[in-house]
Amino acid sequence: MSNDSTFHHGDAPKTAPIIQMNGIEKHFGNIIALAGVSFDVRPGECHCLLGDNGAGKSTFIKTMSGVHKPTKGTITFEGKPLSFDSPRDAMEAGIATVFQDLAMIPLMSVTRNFFMGREPTRGRGLLKRFDTQRANEITIEEMRKMGINLRGPDQAVGTLSGGERQTVAIARAVFFGAKVLILDEPTSALGVRQTSNVLATIDRVRKQGIGVVFISHNVRHALAVGDRFTVLNRGKTLGTAKRGEITPSELQDLMAGGQELAQLGGSLGGTV
Amino acid sequence: MNDTPEFVADERLKPEPFIARLMKRPELGAIAGAVLVTLFFLATADSSMFTLAGVMNFMTPAAQLGILAIGAAMLMIGGEFDLSIGSMVAFAGLFFGVCSVTWGLPLIIAIPMTLVFAGMVGAINGVIVIRSGLPSFIVTLAFLFILRGLSLVGLKLATGGSTQLRGVRDAVEGDWLAPFFSGDAFQGLFASLASSGLIDSFKNGSPKVPGIPVEILWFLVIAALATYVLLRTPAGNWIFAAGGDSNAASNSGVPVARVKISLFVLTACCAALVAIITVMDAGSTDARRGFQKEFEAIIAAVIGGCLLTGGYGSAIGAFFGAIIFGMVVIGLTYTNFDQDWFQVFLGGMLLIAVLFNNAIRKRVTGER
Repeated sequence: MSNDSTFHHGDAPKTAPIIQMNGIEKHFGNIIALAGVSFDVRPGECHCLLGDNGAGKSTFIKTMSGVHKPTKGTITFEGKPLSFDSPRDAMEAGIATVFQDLAMIPLMSVTRNFFMGREPTRGRGLLKRFDTQRANEITIEEMRKMGINLRGPDQAVGTLSGGERQTVAIARAVFFGAKVLILDEPTSALGVRQTSNVLATIDRVRKQGIGVVFISHNVRHALAVGDRFTVLNRGKTLGTAKRGEITPSELQDLMAGGQELAQLGGSLGGTV
Repeated sequence: MNDTPEFVADERLKPEPFIARLMKRPELGAIAGAVLVTLFFLATADSSMFTLAGVMNFMTPAAQLGILAIGAAMLMIGGEFDLSIGSMVAFAGLFFGVCSVTWGLPLIIAIPMTLVFAGMVGAINGVIVIRSGLPSFIVTLAFLFILRGLSLVGLKLATGGSTQLRGVRDAVEGDWLAPFFSGDAFQGLFASLASSGLIDSFKNGSPKVPGIPVEILWFLVIAALATYVLLRTPAGNWIFAAGGDSNAASNSGVPVARVKISLFVLTACCAALVAIITVMDAGSTDARRGFQKEFEAIIAAVIGGCLLTGGYGSAIGAFFGAIIFGMVVIGLTYTNFDQDWFQVFLGGMLLIAVLFNNAIRKRVTGER
């Protein structure tokens, strides 16, 4: 059922999920942000989480990455029940999140950003120092694997385009051993060309056997690279579809809750 | 970049000219400024300014300021300010004076005690800033007054009403540690250089310059250490990251609070070191010691390329910033200009430096 495209090469292997979340609920006081969400990611697949603004996407990924604790529901990671106390726990377990602000510092070089907080060192005791040469080599190499030729490892992140910054953040997460990579709207602020670069990067990461969670509200971006699509609306999952089983317009309707957009669709000529 | 042989250049990039690459170094402005100031004084000042004696003459105040400026620069790169370092010089000077004169402690105890004491005050500054989330500007402004006031009150208590504590020279006389913190180093070397005629000497054969004032050596060592830490250690990366965007840094696992508090401690210790050196040189301490040094140190750091917003700058820049400062203060006495031009000059330098740094920052971040 695979219809390979520019950004999707080969189906994900049928293996057990790395992370499985069942009936997740999250309440903030009297507000019910998530009212029963189930979601899982298998190694080597890109599972898209779609939903309009306010559907609960952000709350859900924050629960997955250890920022929030679920009010109800279970999380199973690699077959074992699990509860993260902090984002650090999730990070160490292998769940890396690339948030929209990217956690990157424009004034610092790509290398310094890449290894921020996890610098390789050489020497011992007082002579323990930042191994800049190795760090530079790794950065150049990892960025090249992602299809970006840096001017030099000392190039400031501020001089990179939005898509390139996104790619640095992804490359950094992959290099430090992510098993699940959560991408929060990585294409939302990008132009056409940069978007296609990021989608190609996602495909590359997926093929390395990493489970990618791709959050978006753009149906076309999701369909270009995703294996499965889960739609979130008003804090609930509306269902999961496999690649090739759903058309863009069906997906679009699901996201909007089915009704309003169907009416709008006519007047807009199917452009949304 | 030549150490990465796999590196394939992008064909759309023109080779970057050497000048353009230099332009990206934060300390460039300060080095260019130092060259300009040197040329200015070569043209206008009496030729004795650039003899060995003249150089020592302006390097001594430059070194005293520079030790403070390097601490201030590290803290600024880490994204914080300390306006209390000038008052800290007076306060640490008082503490050191009391240790050695009133309590009669040997230097091996008095100096570490002074450094630890100053470091603790620095840590209080840091903890308040981090815990409250208030701008360090306002917290340390409070300490500027608190420490200055405490120095006055403490001096009066220690001396029974005077604002000057004398007798430090007698107290430290003969202490084996004293040569490391006062006087001139390499006196033997300078004497032999003078007798062989390599440097100027008086008629009786003793050299005109008896040695290198110790603060200059401390200045060089601290500048080298700070540069090494900033550029070659993980801690240096953390300092840049904490100042560049503390949120992004802590999300990436940098211990931001620890980094910033350590920098406050370091800055306070730099102030204490300057206090120890100048008090031992003068033989006394008073409440006006270090007056307005906080501004001079921050100006030297800014001339050295530090951004007020943090995350960018260098210790070498602050090093040259302090030298520019010393040259202008002392250099004007070698010229026919009124010495009071100094402040005009200083303000002008600061303004030019800030404009220049702003342009550089835009270049580095690709802002247009």
